[in-house]
Amino acid sequence: MSPAGLGRFLARRLGIGAVLVVGITLVAFVLTHIVPADPATANLGQRALGDPAIVKAFNHEYGLDKPVVDQYFIYLWKLLHGNFGISEQSHRPVATDLGQYVPATIELALFAIVISVVVGVGLGVLAAVRRGRPVDSVLRVVSLLGVSMPTFWVALFAFYLFFYKLGWLPSGGRLSPGLQPPKEITGLYTVDALLHGQWSLFVNALQHLILPGIVLGIFTVGTVLRFTRASVLEVINNDYVRAARAKGLPEWTVITRHVMRPALLSIATVAGIAFGGLLSGTVLVEKIYSWPGIGQYAYNSAVNLDLPAIMGVSMVVAVIYILINLAVDVLYSVLDPRIELR
Amino acid sequence: MSASGDVVDRAGTGPTAGTAGPAAPAQGPVLEVEGLTISLRTARGLRRAVDGISFSIDRAEILGIAGESGSGKTLTALSVLGLLPGGARTGGSVRFQGRELLTLNRRQLREVRGKQVALVSQDPSTALHPLLRVEVQMTEHVRAHLGFTHDQARARAVEMLEAVRIPDPEAALAAHPHQFSGGMRQRIAIAMALACEPALILADEPTTALDVTVQAGILRLLDRLRRERGVSVMIITHDLGVLSSVADRICVLYGGRMAEYGRTGDVLGAPRHPYTQGLMRSLPGASEEGAPMVPIQGSPPSLDDMPAGCAFHPRCEHARERCRTVVPSLRTLPGGRGLACDVDPFGQADEGVAGMERP
Ligand SMILES: Nc1ncnc2c1ncn2[C@@H]1O[C@H](COP(=O)(O)OP(=O)(O)OP(=O)(O)O)[C@@H](O)[C@H]1O
Ligand code: SF4
Ligand SMILES: [Mg+2]
Repeated sequence: MSPAGLGRFLARRLGIGAVLVVGITLVAFVLTHIVPADPATANLGQRALGDPAIVKAFNHEYGLDKPVVDQYFIYLWKLLHGNFGISEQSHRPVATDLGQYVPATIELALFAIVISVVVGVGLGVLAAVRRGRPVDSVLRVVSLLGVSMPTFWVALFAFYLFFYKLGWLPSGGRLSPGLQPPKEITGLYTVDALLHGQWSLFVNALQHLILPGIVLGIFTVGTVLRFTRASVLEVINNDYVRAARAKGLPEWTVITRHVMRPALLSIATVAGIAFGGLLSGTVLVEKIYSWPGIGQYAYNSAVNLDLPAIMGVSMVVAVIYILINLAVDVLYSVLDPRIELR
Repeated sequence: MSASGDVVDRAGTGPTAGTAGPAAPAQGPVLEVEGLTISLRTARGLRRAVDGISFSIDRAEILGIAGESGSGKTLTALSVLGLLPGGARTGGSVRFQGRELLTLNRRQLREVRGKQVALVSQDPSTALHPLLRVEVQMTEHVRAHLGFTHDQARARAVEMLEAVRIPDPEAALAAHPHQFSGGMRQRIAIAMALACEPALILADEPTTALDVTVQAGILRLLDRLRRERGVSVMIITHDLGVLSSVADRICVLYGGRMAEYGRTGDVLGAPRHPYTQGLMRSLPGASEEGAPMVPIQGSPPSLDDMPAGCAFHPRCEHARERCRTVVPSLRTLPGGRGLACDVDPFGQADEGVAGMERP
């Protein structure tokens, strides 16, 4: 793939992505407007609700007295200017809220996906290479447990064991109370702490990541393990793997270079899909471990019918999904020279 | 020299053809296989897939191994490299330059693979790695075996690509296999096999996946390589026509056993085993009178229903009662020929006794 070809591909895909985002704004907008609850009821106190003037002012302030179509276009217009509106709970711009919560979730989700893909691929290869042996059977049980244990159960159990019983890991949050976050560069505390050379802060942030990260990733480990085992077994019987062995290459080279490359193609797809699933898991995990990310924010916005916040979250999640898919496609073309990106 | 010229040259001149090769040094054979047996683990227990195969290959010699599907050709070749499927048991002996291979451990086997004995597979579109550049595939074993630097290995790769007549070796190294035609891919696979300058190349159906016109080119290439480089070649095929042009000697397998072997001119000029006869008659336009091709009735046996006695008897026109129960032993005929048929319907009365010389 030539750089120019890659550029054209990215431009096209980002264009399609933009259209998708607009579509999503529409869907989100329609959904939030057919919810029968009245935002005024949800947001104003009992006393204020009794005063029609206050209700009217509220509805006017949020454009709720205009025709629905107008409301949508007003919203789109504001979005174009980076204005997601004012959150009805925090009374701050939604954009500010997102800027605060999104990096926390990205840090958690990236940690979880990296750990679980590394562990899942490693164990999956092991299971495939030792096919039919005891290790394979044990790993089969592991992957089954991974995909079938309910996240809330794992989360509570891990919480009980590692925080309450053993006291090895903190109970929640991103940093221990009293610690100042590192000066923001990426918004990911571990990365920023490292960039500033603040070692103890890095360790503290990492300790806070471990429990929610592993709980969040455990399902993905099971999925990736199963899938890796299957795709390695598919590749390992190919002529070209026998040819690599017949060349007298060390088994490690045969597995890492000749077997893993083709297997990674399909693993990349699964990891991409798993990442999406993992994001939806953040709602629960963030709640349990008081992780101040968009999972919690989404939850709170939903139960409070905070429309601007809900739509802001939808937008962010949509953009993340589009970027993941794009990343998987680009990864594909890097791994497989036969694939022409179009 | 053209391939068709070779056919006349080798198949037509009878018993003297095999001796007209390059000046072979007075040393033992490169490969000696003696009484090789291979048993595989199947769903219904251990089954003997290869039973008592013996042959040898001299330096710069081409040995053809022929037989229908399932006759044990590939297993025989894989046993040389220790690449048999898991759970396989072997018996007999496979010696490479005097050294027993069947008892080597994994590390010792790795030293032999690719460095002293190389494998070329049937289908170059599946035997070359689709995601790795030709350069990686052509240099990785050279670096592993010979301790070459990147530049040395690259130079070796270019040299070998030139030897197999790849037009632009530098460009070929940068490319991926899918950018080449089938014939070119097989040339690259052969260049890869040559890269560590092995003494023996095992070519498992090297032309089966290719167009007829391309096939002849690959066979000429193998023939030239053994003449110029002194490399020995085992060509596995189910097509006797492929062997007629290049093989010095032929070994015909059926049901994992040897049916007949001998010099190419002898075996193809006057086949003695009914199975070899059948294979010859099933070749398009191969028989002397230009008779129409007659395929052998029935199909080859599978591991699970190997017939008792002579494995070929259910398909043999000449089968007698004893063929159903007695496994014919491999008899040595004059001229280093071997035959495993007790009835020997095409033999001459004065020749049929083991050890007798031709008048
Ligand atoms: N991995 C395996 N497991 C079980 N049986 C096998 C295995 N490999 C080969 N066999 C059996 O062993 C016998 C000989 O196989 P082999 O591959 O050597 O045949 P072949 O002469 O190379 O045939 P072909 O022309 O189809 O390549 C066949 O009956 C085959 O089914
Ligand atoms: S031994 Fe009998 S069955 Fe076997 S090839 Fe000879 S004649 Fe035919
Ligand atoms: Mg075969």
